[in-house]
Amino acid sequence: MKSIKILLNGIIHENPTFILLLGMCPTLGTTSSAINGMAMGLATTFVLICSNTTISSVKKMVPDQVRIPIYIVLTASFVSVIQMLMEAYFPALYSSLGLFIPLIVVNCIILGRAEAFASKNSVYHSFLDGVGNGLGFTLALTLLGLVRELLGTGKCFGFSFYPENYGSLLFVLAPGGFIVLGLLIAIINHIKEKKNV
Amino acid sequence: MDYLLIFIAAVFVNNIVLAQFLGICPFLGVSRKVETAVGMTAAVTFVMTVATIVTFLVQKYLLERLGVGFLQTISFILIIAALVQMVEIILKKVSPALYQALGVFLPLITTNCAVLGVALMVIAKDYDLLKSVVFAISSALGFGLALIVFSGIREQLELTHIPKSLQGTPIALITAGILAMAFMGFSGIV
Amino acid sequence: MKKLKSSLLNMFLSLTLTCVLAGALLATVNDITQAPISAAKKEKLNLAIKEVAPQYNNSPTDEAYMSAISAGDSLKIYPAKWNGELVGAAVESNSNQGFSGMIKVIVGLDAEGKLLNYKVLEHAETPGLGSKMEDWFRAANHTVVGKNLATTVLKVSKDDGDIDAITAATISSRAFLNAVNRAYMAFSGKTADTDSATEATTSASGKVKH
Repeated sequence: MKSIKILLNGIIHENPTFILLLGMCPTLGTTSSAINGMAMGLATTFVLICSNTTISSVKKMVPDQVRIPIYIVLTASFVSVIQMLMEAYFPALYSSLGLFIPLIVVNCIILGRAEAFASKNSVYHSFLDGVGNGLGFTLALTLLGLVRELLGTGKCFGFSFYPENYGSLLFVLAPGGFIVLGLLIAIINHIKEKKNV
Repeated sequence: MDYLLIFIAAVFVNNIVLAQFLGICPFLGVSRKVETAVGMTAAVTFVMTVATIVTFLVQKYLLERLGVGFLQTISFILIIAALVQMVEIILKKVSPALYQALGVFLPLITTNCAVLGVALMVIAKDYDLLKSVVFAISSALGFGLALIVFSGIREQLELTHIPKSLQGTPIALITAGILAMAFMGFSGIV
Repeated sequence: MKKLKSSLLNMFLSLTLTCVLAGALLATVNDITQAPISAAKKEKLNLAIKEVAPQYNNSPTDEAYMSAISAGDSLKIYPAKWNGELVGAAVESNSNQGFSGMIKVIVGLDAEGKLLNYKVLEHAETPGLGSKMEDWFRAANHTVVGKNLATTVLKVSKDDGDIDAITAATISSRAFLNAVNRAYMAFSGKTADTDSATEATTSASGKVKH
C-alpha cells in the first residue's frame, strides 16, 4: 500500500513540474515537440532512479558535511553515462536535446529528491520514489510538448491533425513555451480549487 | 567587431533566459523585487565569469591533454560548486558589506543551470579564452536584463487583480512569454 | 551500521572513494560507447555523401582534402571517383550569414559543377520558417538541383537572381545559397570574387525583416 502511495505521490500529488515547479529549464527548453519532451523526461527518469537508489544504499556511509558534494558527483556520473549512451545509440535525439542532457545535473528535482527522500528512506522506497517522480516529470514534459507541437505545427508524434499553415508557430518558439506552461499550471490550479471547495 | 557581435547576440538576440531557457528557476524565484534582482545579477555575473575562465582552462589544459573528455560534466559541476563556496568564504572575510548584499544569492547559483550552460556552450562553440570571457559576461548581463525588466513588471502585477487560478507562477510565466515575444523583435539584427 | 561521523578522515575517504568509483564507471562506459559513437558519426557522413555525390567506387572520406576559398576560410571536399576518374564531389560547406548562426550543408556536384543534390547538416534557423530549406530548394518551381554553378551564381529573386526565397525567410535563403555557391568555389578552386559579390548585395539591400 505504501509503495503505491509513494509512486503516485510523484506522478500526481507532488508532480515535480506542475505542483512543485522544479526543473523549469529542461521543461521549457526541450518541449518544442512531444517526442523531445518525452525523451528528456525518460533521460531524467533514468538518472533519478539511479541516483535515488545509489544514494539511499550509501546513505549510512556518507558523512553529513560532505553529503552534497558526494550527491553531486554521483548524479554527474549518471548523467555522463546517459549522455554517452545516447550519443552512441540515439544520435539524432542526442543532437536535438543538445545542451540539456549535461544540464540534467543541475535539475533541482534530482538533488531535491536525494536530499528530501533518498537520504532518509529505504532503497526500495527510494527506487519507487525515483520512478514516480521521473514518470511525473516525463508525463508533464510530454503533455507540454504535445500541446505546443499540436498548436504550433498541427502535428504530434508524426501524425498530422490539420494543415501546418494553420498552426501558430509562436507556440513552438520560446514565448509559446512560457505561455502554454503558464496556462497548464493555471488549469491544474483551477481543478485543485474546485476539488477543495 | 567579433566581440561586439557576441555581446549583442548574447544579451538581446539569444537571451539566455528568454530564448534559451537557462536559469529559469532564479528568474522566477528572485524576481519579485527589483532590488533583489539587481543583487542576483551581480552575483551571477561574478560567478559566471570566473567559472567560465576556470572551466575553460581545465577543459583545454587538463581534460583535452589527458584525453578524458568524458569527465567534462562531472568536473565542471564540481568546479562551479567549489567556486561558489570559495567566493562565499572569501567575500565573508574580505568584504562583509558585499557579502551582506550578495550572500543569500550565492548558494542558489550552484544549481543555476545558466552557469553550467554557459561553461559548456563556450566549449561547444569553440571560442578562445577572450571570446569565452566576453560571452560569459554578456550572457550574465542578458540574464540580468531579463531579470530586472521582469521584476519591474512583477512589482506592478502585485497591484492588479488577477483571477485566482492564474495567481503566482502561471501569470509570471505568461508575462515571461510576452517578454520573450518582445525579445524576439531583436532577432535578425546580428 | 552506525552513520559515519563527519571527521576529517571520514570526509576525505568518502569523497575520494566516490570520485574514484565515479571515474572508473565513466571510463568503462566511455570505452564501451566510443566505438559506436565514432561509427555512428562516420555512418552519417558516408550516408550524406552517398546521397548527394555522383556514383563513385572510391572512398571519398579517405581522399578528403581541404580547399581554401580565401585566407583562413577553407571547406572540406570529398572527391567522388569512378575507376580513378574524378566524376564529382561532395563538399561540406557552410555560411555564417544565417538568421541565427551557422548553416552547414553538404553539396553534391558533378565534374562540370552541376548541382546534383544537397543535404542540410546543421542549422539554427527559426523552426517552421528558415528550417524549411531542406525541402524548399528541391520543390519544382524553386529548385536549385540541376543548376550549373560554373555558369551561374545562385541568388534569390530579391537580389535579381532566379531562385525564389523561402516565404518570409529571405535571410535564411540567402545564407543557404551562399553556402551552395561557396561549395562550388572550393570545388573549382576559384577565389572569393563571387562571394564578395553576393556579400555586397546582401549588405546593400540591408537585412530585410526575416
